[in-house]
Amino acid sequence: MAVRRPRSKAQVRREQVLAAVNYPLDWLEERSGLVGGVKYFLFRNVPSDTNWMQTLGSATLTAFIVQAVTGVILAMYYKPSPHDAYSSIQNITDHVTMGWLVRGMHKWGASVFIILMFLHMGRVFLFGAYKYPRELNWIIGVLLLTMGMAEGFTGYLLPWDQTAYWASVVGINLNGTGPFIGPFLAQFLRGGQEIGPNTLSIFYSIHMLLIPGAIIALISLHLYLVIRLGVTSPPWSKDEAGRDRSGEASALRTGLTHPVARGTGGSE
Amino acid sequence: MDEPHIPLPTLWPLGFAVGIAVVLVGLIVDPTIVSPVGAAIAVVFGFLWAREATSELRGHAVVVEPETRELGVPEQAAAEAPSEAPSFPRSRFLEAVTLGLGGVIGGVVTVPVAGFALLPGFLGQKRHEVDLGPVTDFPEGKWFITTFIVDPKEGDVSRRTAFIRNNGLLGNVPSFTIISNRCAHLGCPVQANGPTGAILGEKNVVEHTANGPVLLRPVVPAGFGCPCHGGQYDTEGNRTAGPPVRGLDRYAFDVKNGRLILLSTYSVTHVDGTGAQAKIHKYKLAGPGEHIDGVEQILYPLQPPHH
Repeated sequence: MAVRRPRSKAQVRREQVLAAVNYPLDWLEERSGLVGGVKYFLFRNVPSDTNWMQTLGSATLTAFIVQAVTGVILAMYYKPSPHDAYSSIQNITDHVTMGWLVRGMHKWGASVFIILMFLHMGRVFLFGAYKYPRELNWIIGVLLLTMGMAEGFTGYLLPWDQTAYWASVVGINLNGTGPFIGPFLAQFLRGGQEIGPNTLSIFYSIHMLLIPGAIIALISLHLYLVIRLGVTSPPWSKDEAGRDRSGEASALRTGLTHPVARGTGGSE
Repeated sequence: MDEPHIPLPTLWPLGFAVGIAVVLVGLIVDPTIVSPVGAAIAVVFGFLWAREATSELRGHAVVVEPETRELGVPEQAAAEAPSEAPSFPRSRFLEAVTLGLGGVIGGVVTVPVAGFALLPGFLGQKRHEVDLGPVTDFPEGKWFITTFIVDPKEGDVSRRTAFIRNNGLLGNVPSFTIISNRCAHLGCPVQANGPTGAILGEKNVVEHTANGPVLLRPVVPAGFGCPCHGGQYDTEGNRTAGPPVRGLDRYAFDVKNGRLILLSTYSVTHVDGTGAQAKIHKYKLAGPGEHIDGVEQILYPLQPPHH
């Protein structure tokens, strides 16, 4: 039995600090399990040879969060009526403190969000990461891309200047040329037979409430499936994408570029 | 062991409820006759209900049907019996009720919300008449780029433009060519190809009518062209080049008390002839880019309600 040396003052101090830091976390964990949940989310196993390209999804998420936060702030000063919309945008840009910055972040961030979605989609396509069992996540991703485009379309009208107005006229009429339901879709978007005050508030509501809600829900599903199914290895990987296939013939064990036929996976 | 601690099943509350229902129906149907009848029913059954509910308190013996239970059966038989008999346990009933009620609540909430979200754009679309001022502002044979407000309440958003030419009298009826500037491709504002205003040495005219200011700019158009995607039209609005699927829409008009009144718009495939002699191939108003003749018209069988 080792003799316990008396602890130094600094050591005692460090332990006290550690306990003080841990106490609220332990309190939370004991009552919600949230700490463990976050740890599970952040520190899950991924293939050892993941690539920088695989951060594009997180980058897209970050871009969306930037859009959400800046959008909420812009909504505090923007007025969605034909009479006030343009002047409120001018006010945000010229007079509200740092309004130019927040509006700029939202405006340019919109393009960044769309570009990152495309890059992320390209990465998933080229890595073959859409294949079994991840097809559903690809489909959700396509829905997210559509939602992102719709955000761009509806957000473009809000400055209510000539560019915005005529771009929306053309966009709405493009919807109107869709077969059978097109004219009804266009009339719903206009909120009537002609573009008017309702059009702006409908676009505003769709832009800041309806679609963001749908996007948040779809992102949650997207992430749930990423966590459930795990991250794919790059196609050149010699790794086994985190699966134990030691019992299989080696010819089949070259990662997802040569996937094992379904149902012949052996151990699973 | 098992003391009865819940009220016995009784039918009196049902009678009481029927009475109340009759009172309520009576309030709508005939408050003087039906409602008192309902009140009487409710009072009678209410009295019976109260009497029975308080019988225990008032010292009367409670009649309880003895609870019957099957006597000890062998364990194996007990385990098998439920699987043979068709069963509908309480938990499944409650599950169904919860789902059903949830569905009803969801429906009750969804119907008005969806209706409110979708219907206003389709119902009660107003027909507008726009007063463009006296006919004498439009000398015969001259074109004007005419800008006006359709709905003064909406203001600038409802500002529209039409190309107007007075064709003189056809018989005794005044004839105007009134072409909408909404491109038949995707709805951009079509421009007149030709000199306007100062170049012609003519002045713009501003009329103040019930619809607000009406601006008349003289123009000598060789045709009309769209800045967005290059659709081109002749002076009757026939498509001559570019992506539009038909000719330019036109406004119906009326002349009342010597004033030119714009009515609703209609769509046009093409126009034969010019001016007062023009034969206009008219169709119900359709959105830009929608075919109204030829094979492609089957793609747009229904139009939302509009004027």
